[in-house]
Amino acid sequence: MAATVGIPRALLYYQYYPAWEAFFRTLGAEIVLSADTSKSILDQGVRLAVEEACLPVKLFLGHVADLRDKGVDMLFIPRMVSVEAKKYYCPKFLGLPEIVRCCVPDLPEILSPEINIAKKPARTVAELRRLAARFDRRPRVIDRALAAAKEAHAAYKTLLQSGCTPLEALNGERADSRRGEIRVAVLGHVYNVNDRYFNCNLLAKLRELEVEIVTAEMLPAEAAACGGKWLQKESFWSFGHELLGAGCYLLQEKSVQGVILVAAFGCGPDSLICELIARYYRRFSAIPVLLLTLDEHSGEAGLVTRLEAFIDMLRRRVAV
Amino acid sequence: MRKFTYPHIGTLSLAIEGLLTGLGLDVVPPPPITKRTIDLGVLHAPEFACFPLKISLGNFIEALEAGANTIIMAGGTGPCRFGFYWVVQREILFDLGYDFEMIVLEPPQGQIKQVLDKAGALYGKCSLGQALSALHTFWRKIKALDFLHAQSLVVRAREAEQGATSKAYEAGLLFLKEARTPQEVQENLERALTLLAKVPRDPAKDVLKIGLVGEVYMLLEPYANLQVEKILGEMGVEVKRAVYLSDWIKEHVFLSSLYLPGGRSVKKAAAPYLRHFVGGHGRDSLGETVRFAREGFDGVIHILPFTCTPEIVAQSILPEVSRREGIPYLSIPLDEQSGEAGFVTRLEAFVDMLRERRSGSKKKQLLK
Ligand code: SF4
Ligand code: SF4
Repeated sequence: MAATVGIPRALLYYQYYPAWEAFFRTLGAEIVLSADTSKSILDQGVRLAVEEACLPVKLFLGHVADLRDKGVDMLFIPRMVSVEAKKYYCPKFLGLPEIVRCCVPDLPEILSPEINIAKKPARTVAELRRLAARFDRRPRVIDRALAAAKEAHAAYKTLLQSGCTPLEALNGERADSRRGEIRVAVLGHVYNVNDRYFNCNLLAKLRELEVEIVTAEMLPAEAAACGGKWLQKESFWSFGHELLGAGCYLLQEKSVQGVILVAAFGCGPDSLICELIARYYRRFSAIPVLLLTLDEHSGEAGLVTRLEAFIDMLRRRVAV
Repeated sequence: MRKFTYPHIGTLSLAIEGLLTGLGLDVVPPPPITKRTIDLGVLHAPEFACFPLKISLGNFIEALEAGANTIIMAGGTGPCRFGFYWVVQREILFDLGYDFEMIVLEPPQGQIKQVLDKAGALYGKCSLGQALSALHTFWRKIKALDFLHAQSLVVRAREAEQGATSKAYEAGLLFLKEARTPQEVQENLERALTLLAKVPRDPAKDVLKIGLVGEVYMLLEPYANLQVEKILGEMGVEVKRAVYLSDWIKEHVFLSSLYLPGGRSVKKAAAPYLRHFVGGHGRDSLGETVRFAREGFDGVIHILPFTCTPEIVAQSILPEVSRREGIPYLSIPLDEQSGEAGFVTRLEAFVDMLRERRSGSKKKQLLK
């Protein structure tokens, strides 16, 4: 029987799952995903994590516990350090394998290759090959697994640029191509914008309200570079770089009628990045910005009311 | 005409003021941190920004009000937020309507010219000789301040009269502040140490040893850490602070510019628990805890600002370190809302627990 590899449906799952899936499938491993986020997963995560941790990390721990209870043979929790020069993921990603090991008891083996493509490309590939060899020793198959991962990632990115959200792409749903009369940017970390339970189904609500959604993933590649130009310093976080870039790009283009910033309670980088985006919009435009901070208690009712009020206001502005 | 200011970071501010004045620059020191400083910072900073950002923003506002127009600030290359402080602070101050310039000292990444340009901006109307001597005095002063501080922690735990050490220490700081040359630093350090030596001790005290680890700013700035060292010292605890700026500068500025390895042993001590750098001081906090355990300390106190990413990684792993190394710890997140009363109660409970643990293990030894 093939070994089962558990992948938590949280954090970078939303960014890299197609690549990870292609990699492990080619190697003949069986993938087990944790369940969709639910109240019990959230509660579990909150219980396991230190109180000060941000909610997305707490959620991640909940998903890990879910996989443990499913009895997977191993867990895949890569140490995502950096994928572009001079940019990192958040410190918590750098220490994620250890955080998981210390906070969640009775875990199976954790596979945690270090992904540091910018600084240590050769070592990153070597770690991935070593990992692959545990499933299939044939170099030819390993080469194929790496190539398949790359290809799947590229295809995923192209799909996202065509206007469907990561969640829709991952679930194989077709993008709702309805064009609303207003266009709203939803800017936030991919795992906050696409976790339906955590954000009370934000994207679907917007689609229901006939709003056309723009996320950072849908913008052309050059958008990200906008942020650095405005700030005179580039963000050293990949996410921050992407979000600031998207914010500044859309501000320059003036192609959206409103912006929704989605931040997670307790997130360090968000506290600064969202602040900067909001300031720039206030200073240089009349485009309204709504800041949604997601926390464990953000009730659906409250969120919907705020969202509807915001969209109503945008509609009135467009009408005048 | 440029009037320079900078943020407060514990006693480092004394040394910076001396350095800038020594370089022939006009300096407007940030007013001492008070409740108003914090309130201003909190009012204008993002809610979830880390505490040091809020305090230093308050420093800048008060210094600009006092007539400064050029802010000197450090940068950084991530992944912790510090390197992004100045960007956010600059935008906030700009929106508040201040007219100012910010000179940011980013860690050099090979662009020698940029470094020289910045040095040029900071280089007042003084000769090269004067500048070198100012730098020399600065370095000596930092070392002297650190030495005096470490001594005061030893003395305070044993003082016979509460508050005597703090009084002597503060008088000593003023001596060091006034020193203008390396020789004066040496002389004044000796004067300050004499004052400390004169503090009456109580030899009967059962002194506990606690190591202090955590986020660097929080450790260095007593206003931010609610004077944790003083409170513990007055409970008869000899505190050892894991971080001293002179060590840090030696390691990061001198050694790394010469490509010499530094900080290896802390890294090595942390390695079984955390294999990778996580920004800021997170991994060091773990390594230092391991070292305190091995040096036979009674306990460790970990201080972090709320939402501090690197230290939350450390905090998540500390229970494991504590269990395997057999050292009790207390992790305390702090911010503007932390009340002193609750803080003191937690420290007292921890210290009581450590005392019991110590007498328990002594009894065990006697029974053997
Ligand atoms: S970026 Fe923010 S939300 Fe994501 S792990 Fe880091 S602190 Fe948490
Ligand atoms: S170490 Fe923590 S408190 Fe200090 S700047 Fe970084 S995130 Fe903020």
